[in-house]
Amino acid sequence: MKYMLLIYSQETDVASDVREQCYIDSTQLAQDLNASGKFLGASPLHPTSTATSVRLRDGKISVTDGPFAETREQLGGYYLVNAADLDEAISIAARVPAAKWGTVEVRPVIELTGLP
Amino acid sequence: MQHEELCAQPEWDVSDAVDAIYRAESRHVYATLVRLIGDFDLAEDAMHDAFSAALERWPTEGLPRNPRAWLVSCGRFKAIDTIRRRVRLDAKLPDIADKIDQATADCASFEEQSVEDDRLRLIFACCHPALNREARTALTLREVCGLTTDEIARAFLTSTSTVAQRIVRARSKIRSAGIPYEVPAPDQLEERLGTVLQVVYLVFNEGYSATSGDSIVRPHLSVEAIRLGRLLLELMPGPEVMGLLALMLLHESRRAARASESGDVVLLEQQDRSLWNVQYINEGVSLVERSLRTQQFGRYTVQAAISAVHAEAKTAEQTDWTQIVALYDVLSDMEPSPVVELNRAVAVAMRDGPEAGLDIINAIFARGDLSDYHLAYSARAEFLRRLGRVSEARFAYEQALALTHQTPERRFFERRLAELI
Repeated sequence: MKYMLLIYSQETDVASDVREQCYIDSTQLAQDLNASGKFLGASPLHPTSTATSVRLRDGKISVTDGPFAETREQLGGYYLVNAADLDEAISIAARVPAAKWGTVEVRPVIELTGLP
Repeated sequence: MQHEELCAQPEWDVSDAVDAIYRAESRHVYATLVRLIGDFDLAEDAMHDAFSAALERWPTEGLPRNPRAWLVSCGRFKAIDTIRRRVRLDAKLPDIADKIDQATADCASFEEQSVEDDRLRLIFACCHPALNREARTALTLREVCGLTTDEIARAFLTSTSTVAQRIVRARSKIRSAGIPYEVPAPDQLEERLGTVLQVVYLVFNEGYSATSGDSIVRPHLSVEAIRLGRLLLELMPGPEVMGLLALMLLHESRRAARASESGDVVLLEQQDRSLWNVQYINEGVSLVERSLRTQQFGRYTVQAAISAVHAEAKTAEQTDWTQIVALYDVLSDMEPSPVVELNRAVAVAMRDGPEAGLDIINAIFARGDLSDYHLAYSARAEFLRRLGRVSEARFAYEQALALTHQTPERRFFERRLAELI
């Protein structure tokens, strides 16, 4: 099964040296997952201050500054992984560096047929 | 005439046999079908179809040599039929039917050990930490114990539709989120077993001391929890499984003595000990001893050991409070909590006098803990009453009364208040 691991934390709380180390550790995790064929994708995201929300209503595009919702913790990155079941996905989520201070939400992915 | 009787006789036997087999085997059959079919809803239908087929076919074909294997195999075919019938609606389904066909053609599927493991798989799936607490208990009672949604709703004093919704959601999460139908890996086993034991104890407590309502004992759930405990002991006999089963048996042993005929609470020290169930006590005590010998016991065993000390005292006066205080010390080290401290305070008061207990409770309150826990106020009230500090005791009983929602407990506090003049 495919799982999306969504990483939430308070983006202003993470010091820059912690962030740098987090990128290094996260890259290593991606390499390890890739070696066992479980890696599908991963990326950190720029902070929500850079977010733009887009909606199409009555054929008209509406563009607003900011994330979809203002929350105490923000989506800061993701992994997309292959795992046998939820238990394996949970143990991968526990290896995500930001799990130590943030929250990793594990979501099963619906696999549509006909995707490229 | 005689011929007719001969014909009628076997039919009665078969229907009784199916009934008996349903009671003994339906949960085994179901657990295995869930593994083979990979879906709770389909497995449930398949199991009922298999038992209907048994009622139809066994009168003419005779009882199969291995009814469980017959029922599993029949249920599997019924499920494959159902899926093939649905094929017209969804193109992905033939795959699933083929997979079930292949996976289950393997004879090992019906072997004894793998069938016993299926019951454990079912328990661990139902008690998975990715499900919320209400869902875990409802699902365990439904899937493992075979209670109906209606029975669960009545036991938890909630509506059938609420329970039904919880079960539908939980089954759907198991399916979509990929909650595995497996006994957890050794490195996760202890933690996951902890979640299972928590569910069992929650079910027991819900039956033993209802959080609201008129009766202090809802026996059905306590009985189910003890059955679950026995099942776990049979499937994975570890120290804490022994400890929890012992704890439940020792509590349950006092059921008849715990409430008066009018449904009022009778405190441990005032209970008629001749009403205690000796069989449960003996079983509980021997389980505690077995668990203690492993040296790997945890909090359930220590709690059971405390309960066993009470059970072994012929009269309330003969209770070995020194030993109970020592056991509470062990429990506090394992799992520090204000409630454990409160219980320890009661034991200390019995050993050293009410003043000593009062000091501990006052310290707990001073920290700001247990300020909305009615039993903390009632313990405080009890110590003050014994010290002759009547007006303070009255005030504490009034605080306890204001915080409880259970009718028999309310009556108990009201009675105490009336006695304090």
